[in-house]
Amino acid sequence: MMRLPWFDYRAPRTLSEAARILAGEGPNAALIAGGTDLLPNMKRRQSAPKVLVSLRRIPELKRNGAVLGAGITLTEIVRKPELPRGLRQAAAQVATVHLRNMGTIGGNLCLDTRCNYYNQNYEWRKAIDFCLKKDGDICWVATASKRCVAMSSTDCAPALLALGARVTLVSANGERELPLEELYNNDGIDYLHRRPDEILTEVHCANAPSTYWKLRRRGAFDFPVLGVAAALIDGSARLALGAVASRPFLVAKANDFLRGKQLTDDVIDEAGRIAASRAKPMDNADLDLYWRKEVTAAFVAYALRELRGDDLRETRSRIARYEPA
Amino acid sequence: MNVVGKPRRRVDGRAKVTGQTRFADDFALPRMVHLKLLRSPHAHALIESLDVARAQAHPGVHLVLTGKDFPVTFGILPVTQDEYALAPEHVRYVGDPVAGVVARDEQTATEALDLIEVRYRPLEPIATPEEALAKPEPRIHAYGERGNIHRLQAFQFGDADAAIAASDHVFEDIFFYEGNTHLPIEQHACVAALDADGKLTLWSSTQVPHYVHRALARVLRMPASQIRVIATPNGGGFGGKTDICNHELVAAKAALVLGRPVKICLNREEVFYMHRGRHPVLMKFRTGVTKDGKLTGMHLQTLVDGGAYGSYGVASTFYTGALQTVTYELPRYQFEAARVFTNKPPCGPKRGHGTPQPRYGQEIQLDKIAERLDKDPAELRLAMLAKPNSLTANWLRIGSIGLEQCIKTVVERSDWKNRYRKLPQGRGLGLACGAYLCGAGLPIYWNKMPQSGVQLLLDRSGQVTLFCGATEIGQGSDDVLAAIVSEVLGIDPYEVRCVTGDTGMTPVDLGSYSSRVTLMAGNAAIQAAQKLKSMLAEAAAEDLEVAPERISFANGRVSFESHSLTFAEAVVLAEAKFGTLGAVGSYSPPRAPGKYKGAGVGPSPAYSYTACVVEAQVDPRTGWITIPKIWIAHDIGRTINPVLARGQVEGSVYMGLSEALMEEQVFRRLPPKLSRALVHKMPSLLEYKSITSLEMPEMDTVLIEDPDPNGPFGAKEVGQGPLLPVPPAVANAIYDAVGVRIDEIPITPDKVMRALEKKAKGEAPRVGPERFPDVPYPQPLIVPPAWEGGDGSEVKRHDAAAVV
Repeated sequence: MMRLPWFDYRAPRTLSEAARILAGEGPNAALIAGGTDLLPNMKRRQSAPKVLVSLRRIPELKRNGAVLGAGITLTEIVRKPELPRGLRQAAAQVATVHLRNMGTIGGNLCLDTRCNYYNQNYEWRKAIDFCLKKDGDICWVATASKRCVAMSSTDCAPALLALGARVTLVSANGERELPLEELYNNDGIDYLHRRPDEILTEVHCANAPSTYWKLRRRGAFDFPVLGVAAALIDGSARLALGAVASRPFLVAKANDFLRGKQLTDDVIDEAGRIAASRAKPMDNADLDLYWRKEVTAAFVAYALRELRGDDLRETRSRIARYEPA
Repeated sequence: MNVVGKPRRRVDGRAKVTGQTRFADDFALPRMVHLKLLRSPHAHALIESLDVARAQAHPGVHLVLTGKDFPVTFGILPVTQDEYALAPEHVRYVGDPVAGVVARDEQTATEALDLIEVRYRPLEPIATPEEALAKPEPRIHAYGERGNIHRLQAFQFGDADAAIAASDHVFEDIFFYEGNTHLPIEQHACVAALDADGKLTLWSSTQVPHYVHRALARVLRMPASQIRVIATPNGGGFGGKTDICNHELVAAKAALVLGRPVKICLNREEVFYMHRGRHPVLMKFRTGVTKDGKLTGMHLQTLVDGGAYGSYGVASTFYTGALQTVTYELPRYQFEAARVFTNKPPCGPKRGHGTPQPRYGQEIQLDKIAERLDKDPAELRLAMLAKPNSLTANWLRIGSIGLEQCIKTVVERSDWKNRYRKLPQGRGLGLACGAYLCGAGLPIYWNKMPQSGVQLLLDRSGQVTLFCGATEIGQGSDDVLAAIVSEVLGIDPYEVRCVTGDTGMTPVDLGSYSSRVTLMAGNAAIQAAQKLKSMLAEAAAEDLEVAPERISFANGRVSFESHSLTFAEAVVLAEAKFGTLGAVGSYSPPRAPGKYKGAGVGPSPAYSYTACVVEAQVDPRTGWITIPKIWIAHDIGRTINPVLARGQVEGSVYMGLSEALMEEQVFRRLPPKLSRALVHKMPSLLEYKSITSLEMPEMDTVLIEDPDPNGPFGAKEVGQGPLLPVPPAVANAIYDAVGVRIDEIPITPDKVMRALEKKAKGEAPRVGPERFPDVPYPQPLIVPPAWEGGDGSEVKRHDAAAVV
């Protein structure tokens, strides 16, 4: 089997200790919570941090009330009915049961961007002489591109963006709270506005009617190749998209259009058209990219119709292959 | 019958469920060291130099082997001995092994791989069959027909073109079946060690210990009697473990050099490189049909993408045409095939070996024929079924054929008559059929010996031990053998101890491939058991004072009317009478009627048949496909253990559906201006998409029993045949649902969407290959069918006209 590279393992018991270790180690260190994203990436030598700082023993990160600790597992989110439905639907469709039992909300929000040229083992990447994101000079998805186009693949982020969530980041120098959308940067390499010494500790999110639709090949395992989240905030529907850029994002143009409007069939169609025009899938993930762009409008319609109160269970069971949350 | 046909827990079920089965990776021997292979990062290159000094000096490294250590080539077929355990100078695909490092642990061996310095001179890679045809240089192999064409085959069984030209309707269709791989959950693994006498033992996750045994003797230049190959229970094979593997040879060599046990477990990426999976095949069918729906002739051309080595490819290529004749009456048939080399992992046999590809084309074309002739596809097929006990145009002898009942069963159970072409838009039904071998008529290497042998040992405790070279790969071969022996001897199958797949202990069986074990080893087991039964009967008859033929064997007792002995008591009497009790049985298939060059591929002692109806649901806005239900009926001849048989049918449906909807072993050629890279697109279980239990439909499985005289108790195969009709039935169901033809595999939602858009624009509602390239097929071998005066041999070209 593929083996992990050697690393030092630190398991602090308080947040301040973790922040102190991180400040001391600098970019040599990586945070590990569930490890479901980090460890396979390390086995493939996509990264080889010298120090892993575990967050599993820090009680502050397990807070599970109005504020969500970043260490709450995805399974715990699915099982908490008072949380917004869109978030629970997103969490319920991440990977598999086993990975949801380990993976955390904080980890899912900070998920490394993904690309078919990057999520390969060392030998494979060597065979293509590596790529822009790691050890190479060329982006093989778009050879003229100066920017890495690896894709944001988090399911929970679009759901929380639509809900207007905020997150807290803590470092040895203090803490800051920011809207979730400001956490993300549309660059496959520097995809987070998180400094290397910061720890994402909390998610603040009010409940609201919301929904999440995920496009992927199968009913399990797969990362999204399109995520559509919708939430009803102050009487208006808001849309966020995932897996169609290097960051998840609120679809500003569509949301401007939707503000104050009733979700009639015509409004839904137009919102779908606008949202689809903002989706920029690349040929670096599963399924045909033109098709992925083309069906964005249909998925936006599913999300908005469900938000409106239509019964979409039959459609959802065909797409998701089961009833998430 | 007391055992045969009764649903039972398999004899090895307890060990598997309780985790006690010892797979190859479970072996840990004292002083064991670990092997890793360095693989080529280039799709096509020459090795200019290879320096192992730094790796050898790395702490913990015991040995580094390179191509110099393996001067002798190997290959599964005698005609294609084209592989080296480690490539000495020419690498032919990304993943081709060039060196092996043996170290104290896997981690150290992996680290040392990076210390081997190889200088390559890259060559232009050949990425596709079209490129292989167009570019004779650089040559991937020095042998073959010419350039990068590995093999050309052409046969004419009657003048098919003339028959087609004279037909009421002519159908010409091009299909493409993408390559895919086996996906056994257990990756290949092996342990090699010297025993106390200095002889070599290899435990390997292989389907073919006998062939591995022969290859080890050849490559290591050792007497075969000094080598023992033990096939560990395979965690899935599906054809992926039927070839000789580089790592087996390197591990064996390392164990000989070091005198220590050497282990290697491939990781998943390496299994994708080992491959030997389904060949990608482009096919062109020209078929003539009368206005009442009878086939007049078929002209089939195939172009087979072989990958970098021969493997089973010559046989696979024959199989893209050999079995088109055994389902429906086809008076004339012309078949031309070409296999080309490309710089990709070698293709080989996967469940169905070469036949699912043309089956896909044939069964979709029949659907098109039925539509044009305004006939029901089930009725069309029922009216043209091949006859039992008949000869085909290409000289295959068909015995029993239960296809009529298979079709009628799925038609009835799916309510076909009321639902086909009558479901609302977006829902549809599709029908398809298939046929498969019960063991290849000829062995891989020419010999006159049996294909399977069974030895039975009885002792006075009543214990029965069965020895057979057959390999348990999860399909249940141990259970089938135990069931057959216990049926004959009237004992409980759990009383039989099976020692199998061990070349040092068991009589030769050629291996678990081509669906041969139940029929061949089963017949050998019956023969051995019957010999013992008559000895027991004779001894018991003396005791019970009756004639031996009046003795019956059942429920662990040997009886005449109300007088009976326990089985063990009868054994004691027989051992006293005859001495130590043992018997052997063996099986050789009947001689095939075809005598022409190439007639060796296709004959089988019996053929199994399957019919399948698939229900599909297609979202017209997105092309999204859902398969709610599949009905399948399989002509198994006789079921030995229904639990196993149904498992094989359902496993085949799973695999066929996964190929139909998702699986593809495909490659990326980076922009040639910037790179020579040609890499597997997604060598991981996550990104190589295969369906999960959530995509599995409800299944309605029926076993049709029409005993075949050549099968043990009439049994035929069930391991491969049921896969065949699934992909074309899916395609036909999608056509019924939304009126678009997807003439290629896999059928993905984007292809359906593209076809729907074409349909909306008034274009032909089809996605599939548009053209078939010019292939330099040779003049065909002319073999007249029996009804045109042939005798099974080819005729000289100038005599051909006279025969017809």
